[in-house]
Amino acid sequence: METVYLAIPLAPLFGAIIAGLFGKQIGRNLSHWVTTGSVALAFLLSLFVFKHITLDGGAVYNGAVYTWAVVDNVKMEIGFLIDNLTILMMLVVTFVSLMVHIYTIGYMHDDPGYQRFFSYISLFTFAMLMLVMSNNFLQLFFGWEAVGLVSYLLIGFWYEKDTAVYANMKAFIVNRIGDLGFLLGIAIILIYTSSLDYTVAFEKFEVHKMNLPGIFPLTVGPLTALDGVDALDLALVLLFIGAMGKSAQVPLHVWLPDSMEGPTPISALIHAATMVTAGIFMVARMSPLYELSDIALNVILTVGATTAFFMGLVGIVQNDIKRVIAYSTLSQLGYMTVALGASAYSAAVFHLMTHAFFKALLFLAAGSVIIAMHHEQDMRKMGGLRRYMPITYWTALIGSLALIGFPGFSGFFSKDLIIEAVHKSELVMADYAYVMVVLGVFVTAFYTFRMFFMVFHGDERMDDHTLAHLRESPKVVTTPLILLAIPSVLAGFLIDPVALGDFFNQVLLPVKEGFREVTTIMVDGSKHAAIPELRESYHGIPGFILHGFLSPAVWLAAAGAALAWYTYMKNDEVADWFYDHFGWLHKVLSEKYYLDAFNQKVLANGALYLGNSLWALGDKLLIDGLFVGGTVKVVKRGAALISRLQTGYLYHYAFSMVLGVTLMVAWILFVYSS
Amino acid sequence: MSDWPILSFLIWLPVLGGIAVLMLGDRAGAREGALIFAVLTFLSSLVLLGYDSKSGEMAYTQSIPWINAFGIEINYMLGVDGISIPLILLNTFTTVIVVLAGWEVIQYKVAQYMAAFLIMEGIVNGVFVAMDSMLFYIFFEAMLIPMFLIIGVWGGPDRIYATIKFFLYTFLGSVFLLISLIYLYSKSGGSFTLTDLYALELPIEAQMLVFFSFLLAFGVKIPMWPVHTWLPDAHVEAPTGGSVILAAITLKVGGYAFLRIALPIVNDAALQMDWLVIGLSLFAVIYIGFVALVQDDMKKLVAYSSIAHMGFVTLGLFLIFRLQATYLGGDGSTSAVMAMQGSMVQMVSHGFISAAMFLCIGVLYDRMHTREIKAYGGVAGRMPWFAAFFVLFAMANAGLPGTSGFVGEFLVILATAKANIWIAGLAGLTLIIGAAYTLWLVRRVLYGKVTSSEVDQLQDLNRREFMILGTLAIVVLWLGLWPHPLTNMMEASLANLLEVTAPLSELGAKGAVK
Amino acid sequence: MIGLSHYLVVAAILFAISIAGMFLNRKNMLVLLMCIELMLLAVNLNFIAFSHYMDDMAGQIFVFFILTVAAAEAAIGLAILVVLFRSRRTINVQELNGLKG
Repeated sequence: METVYLAIPLAPLFGAIIAGLFGKQIGRNLSHWVTTGSVALAFLLSLFVFKHITLDGGAVYNGAVYTWAVVDNVKMEIGFLIDNLTILMMLVVTFVSLMVHIYTIGYMHDDPGYQRFFSYISLFTFAMLMLVMSNNFLQLFFGWEAVGLVSYLLIGFWYEKDTAVYANMKAFIVNRIGDLGFLLGIAIILIYTSSLDYTVAFEKFEVHKMNLPGIFPLTVGPLTALDGVDALDLALVLLFIGAMGKSAQVPLHVWLPDSMEGPTPISALIHAATMVTAGIFMVARMSPLYELSDIALNVILTVGATTAFFMGLVGIVQNDIKRVIAYSTLSQLGYMTVALGASAYSAAVFHLMTHAFFKALLFLAAGSVIIAMHHEQDMRKMGGLRRYMPITYWTALIGSLALIGFPGFSGFFSKDLIIEAVHKSELVMADYAYVMVVLGVFVTAFYTFRMFFMVFHGDERMDDHTLAHLRESPKVVTTPLILLAIPSVLAGFLIDPVALGDFFNQVLLPVKEGFREVTTIMVDGSKHAAIPELRESYHGIPGFILHGFLSPAVWLAAAGAALAWYTYMKNDEVADWFYDHFGWLHKVLSEKYYLDAFNQKVLANGALYLGNSLWALGDKLLIDGLFVGGTVKVVKRGAALISRLQTGYLYHYAFSMVLGVTLMVAWILFVYSS
Repeated sequence: MSDWPILSFLIWLPVLGGIAVLMLGDRAGAREGALIFAVLTFLSSLVLLGYDSKSGEMAYTQSIPWINAFGIEINYMLGVDGISIPLILLNTFTTVIVVLAGWEVIQYKVAQYMAAFLIMEGIVNGVFVAMDSMLFYIFFEAMLIPMFLIIGVWGGPDRIYATIKFFLYTFLGSVFLLISLIYLYSKSGGSFTLTDLYALELPIEAQMLVFFSFLLAFGVKIPMWPVHTWLPDAHVEAPTGGSVILAAITLKVGGYAFLRIALPIVNDAALQMDWLVIGLSLFAVIYIGFVALVQDDMKKLVAYSSIAHMGFVTLGLFLIFRLQATYLGGDGSTSAVMAMQGSMVQMVSHGFISAAMFLCIGVLYDRMHTREIKAYGGVAGRMPWFAAFFVLFAMANAGLPGTSGFVGEFLVILATAKANIWIAGLAGLTLIIGAAYTLWLVRRVLYGKVTSSEVDQLQDLNRREFMILGTLAIVVLWLGLWPHPLTNMMEASLANLLEVTAPLSELGAKGAVK
Repeated sequence: MIGLSHYLVVAAILFAISIAGMFLNRKNMLVLLMCIELMLLAVNLNFIAFSHYMDDMAGQIFVFFILTVAAAEAAIGLAILVVLFRSRRTINVQELNGLKG
């Protein structure tokens, strides 16, 4: 089996190398065949692994591929951990990636960088697979940054566009802020466990925590700062900061909306379905650690809830179709994060999965619209597309319904589960989070259908030329839409095994001996009872749907959709009235809470200003001017002074020589005579 | 085979080669001759890979009385261990690259140019293998001469200013180094041998004086803030090959000297003053990072980034005292070796990455004859292969995992966190600042619209350039994906050195008591 | 009776004359050379006087050495002078201030 595991990430890497290095020689067709084929192979092999481990109950694999380095008795390895969580991620990643590969054949058809694009997305698939298949922190970080790199390359794919190269740099640097936290978190874990291996870390911390309740002092040696802070809390919060960067949580979310400057397929693949969920995956993977720290969970809950609601609000005022979906992605990532905070890791991963399908679908549908509109992304210039693009229309409707959580669609199950879990959570911040996620449902429904109506219904607002050429996208574009629409509807029915059942071997603490033999998501049932309680009250899918109608979420979603319909289809004055009376709110939202302005004006310009002043004052004025230049000046002045003695006349030199000799003789005489 | 004086060979083969090339003159064979000698030296340095890294002891040793008159005793004493070998290989490898890089570009006094690099190579090898401190000093100083000529003869318009600044800066430090070594000689009962100097027990006041003179001598070489300003000027004026050697090799000599000379000899003073060096290192990482951000000249930017990266080297080296003090007994590790390894890997990897960065800039300079960032823009569209390499090396410079630039920073940060989480946090800022200045450079040079007709007519890499950058890319990726051979090579030697410098028996106890 | 001190006085006078010649001469380089020769003669005189006085032949042998060197020096000095005159068209001491800082 090791060969299969190894082949899964290496196949896309192979495709990426072939398309990247030899793209020119092998041509466009062969390039997309080799990359798409290699990703398809990875998908099939993932299915095979799924059958082998999940269905046939094969052993969980946890082993090293090779030793990266052995430093100071710490063995750093590259290795795989293949359990159900990994397999789920592998399937989602390879499936969405495959869809995006196929879609790209149509979408990027006329682009001169065709081969390069395929090379990048295959490389991305490789990096993402390395990330999710990792069994240690080193490789996790490796994948973590590698997906960031490919994201950087892909956002700036159209490198002649200034906004694109601005956005890709911003994305990388904001992510690096998170990565700093991530790295420090890893460092603290290493200090305590002397290992970078997941299972070792889990076991050591759990054993320690069970034997010694109370805090881990951070003082390892006498010189370590931060006395009295629990090292585990700190490490987990730091790791979560990494997740905040990658999964675009407030306030490190600023890069994601800008990343829409990249081509649409990658918005679907990277900035909706896979890379941005890496943070969610990481926290779920670390659940045995996060379960030990209520502080970290509270932080996660707060950040997630804030993102879920407030980013959704911004989505309402966006007019760029991709940006609406981007803010929607932020908001949905917030939901996943909230679920993590409520210890409903399985619900988070479940939502991750359903979201990957329907959000990729929505993005690809948006891409299809954009093709038809001749790369116009402003929704104010669209409208009435329903008549021209039936397949895009229906698939987008499915995606939208799934997104708002319409009962029966996949988003309903996962989102409702999250809301219930937060409701059941007993953490300090749970009430705040609950209010935010419930209100968020309304907001989600409103912006989703605002977009939907503006694009597909109403009058055709585009110019005549575009109108004349409106038609459905080609088959390579619509086929992935249809293929993604299927799981967008049906994936929700997996709620039973995936989210509430034993798919993740959810072991509930306190546990029996030998608990580390299974790798799993772990929930401490005695403290964080959300999932166990939901498990008990769960009685089949019909019951869950029925129960859904009793909760406020479904009605709020309906209200949001209805309001969007009324505002954008029936009565234009509502929006105007709102705009007139709440202009300030509109301003705050369209300025994205002034965060971008703050980052640009204060942080970016501040750094430049600081750099300039350090250079001008420190290096040039103080060191080169005062010290170096000062020394030079002193030497020069002194030399000028002394060189006056140097007249150039022999008789002056002779005279001074005689004078010198005389003085010396006199001195010797004086010394010896006395 | 074991009797074959391979180390002498490594010193004198390139030096003799340089003289031979000089005698060939500017006739057609100078380039080929230089290449043959460079490759020969590189191949013979590969013999060192047979070093038994388990023991970590000095190997291939050779000792001949050299100056033995007037009561002075200086020995021609050579030896290598796991610390020197990677640096020697780096040196011999880089020289081959440099000779190739100057193949067509240098048309003026070719033979002298090539000879200068060959002689430089021999001298630097001498620095890395000298086990007698006076011999070390002589090589250390001799290094200045070829470098002085390289910048002064083949440099840019302001080369005279740059060379004199370079020379005086380094010379200032060296004078103190010489005095200190003579002082140590007088105290050690007439021995310049390093191991004798290690064993020396000096009063702390004397150690302090010696330590500060070492700090000055090696700090200038590395360079550390605030004695770093010669480096950007020297880089800007140096020809591409000179920049490569300067960044890849001569800076490493400073780090190596700290490790081999300063730390073990005056360990008590280093222990007391480690806060100073750690502070200066952090200053280098952050302050210099910000300064690099605002440079308009590509070479200056990379030069400043070199200083920031070397900050990590000194940080890792001087953390060992704090790390050893965290020892609480048992068989736990203090991560001190990890910190040293991080520093060493950082040095080696920076050698490759900075060489690659300077070569990339050289490629652009050869075509456009300007290093102003403003003159560029949209290069990616015209030179796709170059852009690919440039992005790779830039990412390595920013410490992306999977490239060698990551390994050193990663290890140093991991170790630092153990000593003090705040220091680790500050050092880790390089993740952000480093990415900012490197990517901003990439953005301004490679991306955007084509700014001028000159850029529009740029030709992509020729085969020679492709080969050079390709080789470096392979090395950078290899060290990033599998640094095990490198870390394994030096681990035992570093542990030995650590035992001399900061023995657990002294420092660990202090930690355990508290 | 003429004693040692007389010789020494004569030598000292010769030496003083030559130094004065050096200082006062502002025109001709030849005079400078001659002054140097005179200076050496003064020294030689001292050597011989002491040699006789102390009955030690070493002093007189030294004189031979000095004479030889002085002859060589005069030859070289004159040669330089000629070259100097050729290149600068003057042997005016006042104008030969190339060493000025």
